[in-house]
Amino acid sequence: MVIPLHVSGNGGIAAGMRNLNAGSGGADEGEPRFLREEDEGDDPVVGVSAVAEAEGGLGAFALADVSVSYGRDRVLEGVSMDIPAQKVTALIGPSGCGKSTLLRCLNRMNDEYGDVRVTGTIALDGQDVMAKGVDPVELRMRVGQVFQRPNPFPMTIFENVAYGPRTQGIRARDELSAVVEESLRGAALWDEVKNSLKKHAFELSGGQQQRLCIARALATKPEVILMDEPASALDPISTQQIEDTIAELKSTVTIVIVTHNMQQAARISDLTAFMLRESLDRPAHLIEVGDTKHMFTNPDDPRTESYITGRFG
Amino acid sequence: MSTSARVRSARKADMTARVVTGVAAGSIVAVAVFVLGYIVYHGIGAIDWTFLTSIPKDQGRAGGIFPVIMGTVFVTAGTAALTLPIGVFAGIYLAEYAPRNFATRAIRLSITNMAGVPSIVYGLFGLAAFVLLAGFGRSIIAAALTLTCMTLPVVITATEEALRQIPADLRQASLALGATRLRTIRKVVLPAAAPGIITGSILGLARAAGETAPILFTGAVFQMRRIPDSPTSQFMALPYHVYAQVTSVPGWNRTLVWGTALVLVAGISIVSILAAAWRSAQRRRVTW
Ligand SMILES: Nc1ncnc2c1ncn2[C@@H]1O[C@H](COP(=O)(O)OP(=O)(O)O)[C@@H](O)[C@H]1O
Ligand SMILES: [Mg+2]
Repeated sequence: MVIPLHVSGNGGIAAGMRNLNAGSGGADEGEPRFLREEDEGDDPVVGVSAVAEAEGGLGAFALADVSVSYGRDRVLEGVSMDIPAQKVTALIGPSGCGKSTLLRCLNRMNDEYGDVRVTGTIALDGQDVMAKGVDPVELRMRVGQVFQRPNPFPMTIFENVAYGPRTQGIRARDELSAVVEESLRGAALWDEVKNSLKKHAFELSGGQQQRLCIARALATKPEVILMDEPASALDPISTQQIEDTIAELKSTVTIVIVTHNMQQAARISDLTAFMLRESLDRPAHLIEVGDTKHMFTNPDDPRTESYITGRFG
Repeated sequence: MSTSARVRSARKADMTARVVTGVAAGSIVAVAVFVLGYIVYHGIGAIDWTFLTSIPKDQGRAGGIFPVIMGTVFVTAGTAALTLPIGVFAGIYLAEYAPRNFATRAIRLSITNMAGVPSIVYGLFGLAAFVLLAGFGRSIIAAALTLTCMTLPVVITATEEALRQIPADLRQASLALGATRLRTIRKVVLPAAAPGIITGSILGLARAAGETAPILFTGAVFQMRRIPDSPTSQFMALPYHVYAQVTSVPGWNRTLVWGTALVLVAGISIVSILAAAWRSAQRRRVTW
C-alpha cells in the first residue's frame, strides 16, 4: 500500500501541518482532539484520510530517503519504505544497523537525543511529521512506544496507564477508569490485575510489566505502536504472551517492531525490513523490505539470505 | 610453577584479600559500637522527662536541656527549609538541564570547593556575611544561612547523583507518551529519585545539626532562659552546649553533658532510621 504524499490538490503535507496545529489548539483548551476526529470535519485533509481509510484505516507511514546523523556520524542513509496501516512490520538487522534510530524517527524521539539530524520525508497518513509546525507531543500521542526493558513508572498500575490520558488533560475519574480498563484489556493484562489496580507496578512480574507498558502506550489511543525489542528481556512464556498481544492488537493499531529473533519476526510480522551497516565508516542502508513470507523463504538480496540464515550478527 | 601450585597461590591471595577487607569492614563496626556504646553508657543516666523538658540550672551543671534541644530543632529546620529547595532545584538543573559548557563546569567546581571548606571557615564567613553585612545579627536565621552554605553541596550532589541513576528509558517512556520535560521530571524522575535525594539530604542535615563551628559566631549562646521565639533571636544548641560546658564551666556535670551528646546522637539516629525504613520500603519495589 502506498499513501501518496501529495493528495487533494493543495498538498497533503501542508494540510497535515494545519491539521496537527488544529489538534494542538484543541489540547490547549483542555480537551485533546485527535486527528481522527478532526478528519471528520471539512478540512481539505479529508482527502488524505479517505485514502487511508479506503486502504484499511489510519496509521500508515511512508518514508522517503530518510537519513540520520548523530553529530558528524551518518548512521543511516536513504531509507525509503512504506509501513502499512494495521499490519505488523518487523525491522531486522545486526546490532548497530540503526533499527532503533529509525524507529525513533517515527515518533521524533530522536529530538530528545541532542545532536541528531534527520533528513528526508516521513509521512504519517500523508502528513510530514518532521514539518516545522508539527508538535512532537501531539505526534507521540498518535505514535506510542514500548521499550526493550519493561519500564513502568514508579507508581500504581492504574496511574501507569492513566499517565498518558492525564497528560492529555483528562481528569474525570470515570473516563480515566474506562480508558485504563480498555487499555489493559488491549494488552491482555486486565484479568490478571483488575483487582489490584492500586498495587505498585513494580510488584508485577517482568512479562506483566511489559504488557503494562503496552497498555500504557495504548491509553493515548495511538494509531501506531513502536516496539524496540519488546521481548528480549523476557522469558519464553512472557514472550509468547507479548506475541499473542501483538497479534490481537494489529486489528486496531499499526505495529512496528524491532527484533533480534528471526523466528519471532517470521511468526508475528506481515512485512519485514532488513537493514545492514556494512562497515563502520559508511552509514547503514535498508537492504530489502517486503512480505515476511517472501523475505524468509525467497529474499531478493543475498545479504538478506545470509543474515536470515545466520551468517552475520 | 605448576598449575595446581598457581591455583593454590591464587586461592591464598584471594583468602588474604578477604581477610584484609573483612577486618577493615569489621573495624568500622567496632568503632561505631564503641562510640555509641560509650555515649549511651555515660549519658543514659541523665535521660529522664525532666532533663528533656526543663531549662538548665546552675550554668548547666543541673536542670534540663529543653531550650538547647529546641534551639537545635529550630536551626536545623531553618537550614532544611533553605537548603532543600535550593539544593534540590540546583541538583535538578545540573542533572536535567545544564548544557555542557564553561558555566556548568564553573558551577560544578564551585560545589566541589564548597564541600571542601572547613566548617570553622563557614562560621567566619557567616559572621561577616549574615551577622554583620546582612545585618541579621547573631540569630537563628544567620546560623541557618551559614549552615545552609555548608550543607548545600551535599544536597546538590546527592540530588544530581540520584537523578543520574534513573534509567534513561524511564524518561523516554514519559516523553514518548507526549509528556513535556517538566512533567517527566515532576511525575516520573523525581519520585523515582526521591529515596536517594532524601538519604543525601538527611546526611547533610544531620551533619549541620551536629556542627559547632558554623554556629559559634553566628547565633549560638551559652545560656538562655526561654526557647527562641523568632528567627532573629539567639539560641542554644546541643553541640555548642556540650562544647561550652566542657570548655567554660568549672565542675561541669559529666552525666548531663554525656546525656546532651546522647540526645543529639539519638535524635539524628531516629531521623536516619525512619528515612532508611521508608527507603527500604520503596526500594523493595524498585527493579532497576
Ligand atoms: N544517541 C546516540 N548518539 C550517538 N550515536 C548513536 C546514538 N544512538 C545510536 N547511535 C549509533 O547509531 C548507530 C545505530 O544505532 P542503533 O539505532 O541503536 O542500532 P540498532 O538498534 O540497530 O542496534 C550505532 O552505530 C550507534 O552507535
Ligand atoms: Mg537497538
